[in-house]
Amino acid sequence: MEDKLNIGGRQVDSRLFMGTGKFADYRLMSEVIKASKAQVVTVALRRVDFGAPEENMLSYLPPDTILMPNTSGARNAAEAIRIARIAREAGCGNWVKIEVVSDQKYLLPDNFETIKAIEVLVKEGFVVLPYMSPDLMAAKRMAEAGAAAIMPLGAPIGTNRGLKTRELVQILISEIDLPIIVDAGIGRPSEAAEAMELGAAAVLVNTAIATADNPVLMAEAFAQAVEAGRKAFLSGPGSTQRFAQASSPLTGFLRNEESAST
Amino acid sequence: MTFYDELVRLRNTDYAAEFERVTPSQVSSALAKTELQPQDFLALLSPKASSLLEEMAQAAHRLTLQHFGRTIVLYTPLYLSNYCINHCVYCGFNSANPILRRKLTLPEVELEAKAISQTGLQHVLILTGESRQHSPVSYIKECVAVLRKYFSSISIEIYPLSTEEYAELIAAGVDGLTIYQEVYDEKTYSRLHPGGPKRDYRFRLEAPERAGQARIRAINIGALLGLGQWRSEIFLAGMHLAYLQETFPEIESSISLPRMRPQFGDYRPEFPVSDRDLVQSILALRLFMPRAGITISTRERAELRDNLIQLGVTKMSAGSSTAIGGHTNAKDSIGQFEISDKRPVDEVRQTIANLGYKPVLKDWHDLN
Repeated sequence: MEDKLNIGGRQVDSRLFMGTGKFADYRLMSEVIKASKAQVVTVALRRVDFGAPEENMLSYLPPDTILMPNTSGARNAAEAIRIARIAREAGCGNWVKIEVVSDQKYLLPDNFETIKAIEVLVKEGFVVLPYMSPDLMAAKRMAEAGAAAIMPLGAPIGTNRGLKTRELVQILISEIDLPIIVDAGIGRPSEAAEAMELGAAAVLVNTAIATADNPVLMAEAFAQAVEAGRKAFLSGPGSTQRFAQASSPLTGFLRNEESAST
Repeated sequence: MTFYDELVRLRNTDYAAEFERVTPSQVSSALAKTELQPQDFLALLSPKASSLLEEMAQAAHRLTLQHFGRTIVLYTPLYLSNYCINHCVYCGFNSANPILRRKLTLPEVELEAKAISQTGLQHVLILTGESRQHSPVSYIKECVAVLRKYFSSISIEIYPLSTEEYAELIAAGVDGLTIYQEVYDEKTYSRLHPGGPKRDYRFRLEAPERAGQARIRAINIGALLGLGQWRSEIFLAGMHLAYLQETFPEIESSISLPRMRPQFGDYRPEFPVSDRDLVQSILALRLFMPRAGITISTRERAELRDNLIQLGVTKMSAGSSTAIGGHTNAKDSIGQFEISDKRPVDEVRQTIANLGYKPVLKDWHDLN
């Protein structure tokens, strides 16, 4: 069965997106990305060293990677816009993950500034994927502004705490007619599977893989979990019940009536 | 309201007594928390906590890994000028010291920039003594214009400025401020700064806030360890850091732990800080402020620096010289203090990599 994710006109096979921060070295990062089979990879422009090839993390990415530069470090819309433009001018393509953080304590995204940045960048031809705090009204504005997908956080970035925002993400999945990609907070493969079962279009993982004792093995585990969660979603899982359904203690008497009448 | 007002409140405490009063159970309870209060931070700096260093280290290591990953950002200092009108009794650049005074010409700044840039480093910290005559803001701006061609991030460690002056330098391409209060205890501060504009304790203390109002990207503060009682100095520096993070949530805040080093002149630290004390300070700071950067410079010896990487440090200097023109020809110039880790940048990078960490040469991109 063909089940591709379509974002900004591109077909994506893998629903696991990878982040590139926190790795001990770029060769390891490269192996991990291969093991994850991720096609969409996000890189912080602030960390890309265009000068030296061996220090340029872009040269360690598989050739068919869809590069998604992010605006890490931006504190407002203006800085995010500036970073996006610099990335495109530097040859990083026209995808951009907007990340506006004006709070270094919790690193929670600023939805208001993010919406402003989307409005400008979409007009300039960028495929914009905003990282956001899951809020339905903000997500609607982002969709109206032309975002190609919505990337709500599962928990504060880097916390590995799982899908703490489950109820809110569920609402976005139901109400927003764009791919919903759970970004940040996913700490275990089971949590990635949970997001996918819920109907997320993809998940983005970094810390949980980069800081594992064996990042390559963890990347494989995530790849499998994302695939399993997706299949579960597509197959339409039976609804869960709080009680066993062996009989109908309250309405069983009606059956007698039915059999009497036949 | 500034941090000075909070400090006035904070210093109504007899810290020596407070630290002695901490019980082992207060230390364990601080260690078990995910969000620490000032009282927990104080407990972790107490003598009782020093017997739980390994437990603290495990927690600090986990937190650092979680928030910063296996990365260490590298930078190097570039001394522009050693003219100084202050009389800081512990400093090699003390205006009374009979050392050769000079400042780099712009072509010399460019030579230094080229030499540093060849090592691969992209973050530079520029320093001057305090002399508005020899190293005015206009001169620093000219230097920044030269340096921007070579570096992706330029920070300043110079005399405290007004908000407008910080804004001017930010517009010129400066993105980070480093300023150490030197010693938070105001009486000690007065004693160690007998002359020059630096006598103004409060103007220095509030400098990070002025830079914050000018919307600087990153602020790094610290206390010069050895000048005062380290437990209370680290406590107050940590409270300063927390205040800045609360007041300017968009700013990347970090803290340095510079220990006094031998320098020209005969000052010797009154309160020497041992390796063990330094480690306890780093760990307590990490647990109190999980997302703040922690910087260790080449003041510390190579072997110790290598061991500190796992404990919470996120940023290190490398290939440092504290002399004017020290990256090209330092032989005729006396530095501000002696460097301990003299390894070249390449070797530091290799060692960090061997320890399983990524030496990060670029962590910011000039947006101007």
